[in-house]
Amino acid sequence: MRRQDLKTWLFLAPAGGWFLAMLVLPLIVVFVFSVGERGAAGGYVPAFTFENFLNLGARWAAFKNTLILAPLGTLICLLIAYPLAYFLALRTTPRWRTVLLILVIVPFWTSILIRSYAWIYLLGGQGIPSLLNALGLGNPRLINTPFAVLVGIVYGYLPLMVFPIYVALERLDKRLLEASSDLGSPPWRSFLQVTLPLSMPGVATGCMLVFILLMGEFLIPAMLGGGKVFFIGNALVDLFLQSRNWAFGSAVAVALVLVMLVTVAAYLRFTRRWAGGRDDVSLM
Amino acid sequence: MRIYAVAVYLFLYIPIGIIALFSFNAGRHASQFQGFSTQWYGKALANPFVMDALGTSLIVAFASATLATLFGTMAAMALQSVKGRLRVAFDALIYIAVMVPGIVIGIATLIALVTVFDWLNPLLAAVWPVAEAAPRLSLGYGSLIAAHGLFSMALVIIIVRARMAGMDRSLIEASADLGATPWGTFRQVTLPQIFPGILAGFLLAFTFSFDDFIIAFFVAGSQTTLPVYVFSSIRRGVTPEINAIGTMVLGVSLLLLVVAQAILQRGRKAG
Repeated sequence: MRRQDLKTWLFLAPAGGWFLAMLVLPLIVVFVFSVGERGAAGGYVPAFTFENFLNLGARWAAFKNTLILAPLGTLICLLIAYPLAYFLALRTTPRWRTVLLILVIVPFWTSILIRSYAWIYLLGGQGIPSLLNALGLGNPRLINTPFAVLVGIVYGYLPLMVFPIYVALERLDKRLLEASSDLGSPPWRSFLQVTLPLSMPGVATGCMLVFILLMGEFLIPAMLGGGKVFFIGNALVDLFLQSRNWAFGSAVAVALVLVMLVTVAAYLRFTRRWAGGRDDVSLM
Repeated sequence: MRIYAVAVYLFLYIPIGIIALFSFNAGRHASQFQGFSTQWYGKALANPFVMDALGTSLIVAFASATLATLFGTMAAMALQSVKGRLRVAFDALIYIAVMVPGIVIGIATLIALVTVFDWLNPLLAAVWPVAEAAPRLSLGYGSLIAAHGLFSMALVIIIVRARMAGMDRSLIEASADLGATPWGTFRQVTLPQIFPGILAGFLLAFTFSFDDFIIAFFVAGSQTTLPVYVFSSIRRGVTPEINAIGTMVLGVSLLLLVVAQAILQRGRKAG
């Protein structure tokens, strides 16, 4: 073995070992457990059965909530994020742009727990409802509703949607817009025929990132849904930490990962078509 | 358009602002501000459970970020000269580590480690000279650091690699031509150029670990990190003390983020 090769291997070994021990092995264990059986006192007994997957219907409510609220939350994020990304990319001076962009990213990197907690505070009895009550607009119950969960979702994941759309719009060749307007297109037509199609890769990336993270969400429904609006993530916590049904829980986790893989595959097909084979859609 | 942007920024920052404001509330009341006071900060900092959880969080964040930065940087450097199947495998692992949701990582780590420990512990007890004194492997600091380090390492590799892509390769060749040893070239040419990436990677890794709830929820074992503590206290009811803790947590992440951004921006201009 050449010295250079040896050095490369030595440098890769710790990271490779870490990936194998903490990522590959655990994921394999989940797949193995998902075809196993529940032990008498919880935990896992080796077996080979698809019983767990056939039983997934027992947690249908969690799948249904997730498959309704995750796409809906993604869509609302998109509708709010697009105009902001457009403003940042095309309507600001470079100096302001940096500051405003950092202000969008910062919340994403701060504790989602504390940010969801803020909404417990705002939507709880003494927050917005009491304010509305004082204004004579009735006293609606906001906390522990699907609405509260959606607000939490949009609040939590908006930054992640803005960023890829911004990147796509920022890279857009501004001369195309000038050409379009020189050729007599009104602004709305330039937007529909030039800007929007060219920003689709960014839209797709943002939607995929937000959707995937939402599929695995636990905290927001747990805190703002009050046990009434629960996601697959909440079912998983219940199965692993309360009822200790590891085999069935693993099957739910495998089903979750499969739904996400399908999403990523759809995304890759979609962006290939839009980008015309060019691989210029960055995830980070 | 500008008004719309202002509205979105208000939406992003008002809730956090209200938490911070009410952490200075003199009274217990959640909707009325009854005068300025720092008593909730005093209460939070005097609470032994909070301080314990904070200590655990800081140890885990520091250890996982340090290991992830070290191993991640080494891997990023080595991957530059790797092609073929190994390269594809590593790229896949990095993306899987980033994309698989925290909850699945948490569950998978929990059941894998518990299974391995159940299997290893009798073995350890059998080979240990004094069976009663044999160490028992269990979830705790080790599993927290290893699980947080996984995501952090993928993050560091991505950031350092992006930094290397923008690096001037001819400087390394020039350094070698002028007779520098590989180590000398690394220390005097490569490292200064990629250092902003490494430092930013460390700070983001630290922030990730310090803020993570879901992975810690599964693999913390008998330990309690600060987010896990905050989550269980919120379940018992909303108190101004949580506002104070939350504000401090936000403050720490904000500080680290601003530093990380400043380093990356300056590095970008210099490099």
